[in-house]
Amino acid sequence: MDILILLLKIVALTFLVVLPLVPISVYFERRFCAIIQDRVGPNRTGLPLTLLGFKKDYHFFGLIQPMADGVKLFLKEDFTPAHVRKAFYWLAPVLTVAPALITVCVIPFGSSIQLFGRSENLTIADIDIGPLFIFAVSSLTVYGITLAGWSSNSKFPFLGGVRSSAQMISYEIALGLSIVPVLLYFGELNLGRIVQYQADNGWLLLPLWKNGHLGLPDLQTTLFLIPAFIAFVIFTISIFAETNRMPFDLPECETELVGGYHTEYSSMKFALFFMGEYAAMVIGSALIVTLFLGGWSIGFGLDPWIHNLHLGSFHFGGLVHLLTFVVKLIVFILFFILVRWTVPRFRYDQLMKLGWVIFFEAALINVFLAALIIAAPHLTLAILGLSAVLLAGVTAAVIWVAKVAEERPRPLRC
Amino acid sequence: MPVIKLQRPKLNFGEKIYFGALAKGFWLTLTHAVKTLRGKSASADSLASSGLGVTMQFPEQRWDEHLPEYYRGAPALVTDEQGRERCVSCQLCEFICPPKAIRITPGEIPSDDPWAKVEKRPKEFEIDMIRCIYCGMCEEVCPEQAIYLRKDYLITGHTRAEMVHDKQKLYAIGGVRSGLVNKWNELK
Repeated sequence: MDILILLLKIVALTFLVVLPLVPISVYFERRFCAIIQDRVGPNRTGLPLTLLGFKKDYHFFGLIQPMADGVKLFLKEDFTPAHVRKAFYWLAPVLTVAPALITVCVIPFGSSIQLFGRSENLTIADIDIGPLFIFAVSSLTVYGITLAGWSSNSKFPFLGGVRSSAQMISYEIALGLSIVPVLLYFGELNLGRIVQYQADNGWLLLPLWKNGHLGLPDLQTTLFLIPAFIAFVIFTISIFAETNRMPFDLPECETELVGGYHTEYSSMKFALFFMGEYAAMVIGSALIVTLFLGGWSIGFGLDPWIHNLHLGSFHFGGLVHLLTFVVKLIVFILFFILVRWTVPRFRYDQLMKLGWVIFFEAALINVFLAALIIAAPHLTLAILGLSAVLLAGVTAAVIWVAKVAEERPRPLRC
Repeated sequence: MPVIKLQRPKLNFGEKIYFGALAKGFWLTLTHAVKTLRGKSASADSLASSGLGVTMQFPEQRWDEHLPEYYRGAPALVTDEQGRERCVSCQLCEFICPPKAIRITPGEIPSDDPWAKVEKRPKEFEIDMIRCIYCGMCEEVCPEQAIYLRKDYLITGHTRAEMVHDKQKLYAIGGVRSGLVNKWNELK
């Protein structure tokens, strides 16, 4: 019975929630970028009922476009060039898409549903190392990209693969360090309980209620907003780098590398890369929403009330929370898209400098700042002042070193 | 040429920290998005937009009435007011045509024809519309004002053969053109 429910959850949450979000985000990407650029975007693909003798076509704002794209990719010739290393060439697309989908299992999609006296969490695996599991598994995608670049045995994919691995390794550090303050705050690594805490005591970035009552946060929570916000910014930007999204899409920049690591791929193998990228984006936004923006909770003390909604013995509050989560996710995906069509691509040295010189240090100092704020009630004023001064000194020193180490552009010799 | 030293612009702190520019960029793209949705994009009116951005949506909206005077569409042959085909098959257009899209088979006008004085007219006149580049040189070179670039732009076909306009088709597109110099008129 348990196994059946687990299978049901896997199928429902992976194939009915996350995978449909991939084509939906592709659709949003195309429509949103179109309206940003004063265009229309794909709005025609629909049910061609006039072909069957009906009077009108229905095109649902072009929502069926991703399906048409999928069918197109399926029907294209799956061409394997003669010069590739076949085994790795075939393995690479799978290695990019599988980790992204595996990480789905720890994301809490909603609170629990009760049916026939059974209470079920809307999480596939409610394990106590949520974020660590996600980092561990999602950083495996870099193998897919690197192998794709290497096994393609041609120069542009190779450059893409090299860039990708360098970028992923650099930003993984900032990614991991930036959420340490968050984990310190919650004292918890279980994503489900993190969200439950946020539902009860206010989202990390919006602590406007406590134990179900609206009200302004206390001093410590207010002060913690500073490290929380810094962590949010660093984490979000690092997620952009991790998912190879626009300001950091160096592994596949069309203008420099033709197509990057997937230049030699076609048909469904290319589609898998494409899907993996968007799935990574979905998972990344899910993680950000879960850690910083309250996950499935609607907030403002409404969550216990929603949790108790029921029709007879069927408590369907979890489904409302699932819907909330998906809405938040889509809003965040729209933000991803907005960034892509606003911010121009970084140069490679700028990218590395941003990762190693700015984000790494900022995240590291942020950890100590957060620890200081959390520990403040237990410290005497003298120690508190001393640590604040020390922290300020270290920060100033780091900024000074970064400034001094910065290489000035030397004037050209005439 | 002397070496020009380029000075990098001095950035102040706000510009160095980059977030201000980011926010400005988001604001710019978002206002574009909102304007597009409201049909208020810049020059949406003058471009006759469909109400979404500046785009005209094709099968429903045509740009026929927005075509400029100088628009060069499909080349076509014209007849004059008396119903005479103006082409005398001098083949100048065939020779000037850069992509060699035009093929003319000249034919004589029989002596009992009212226009026997003209001597020649095309037996066949074919323009391969797959080759045509709409440059308008045929129109420019024609000494008889017989070939004109009309405003037709939807030249489509399912086969290559369909895309070759023969004489009949060319006259159908061109039609009668009045007010031209009628130098072959009997009266003059």
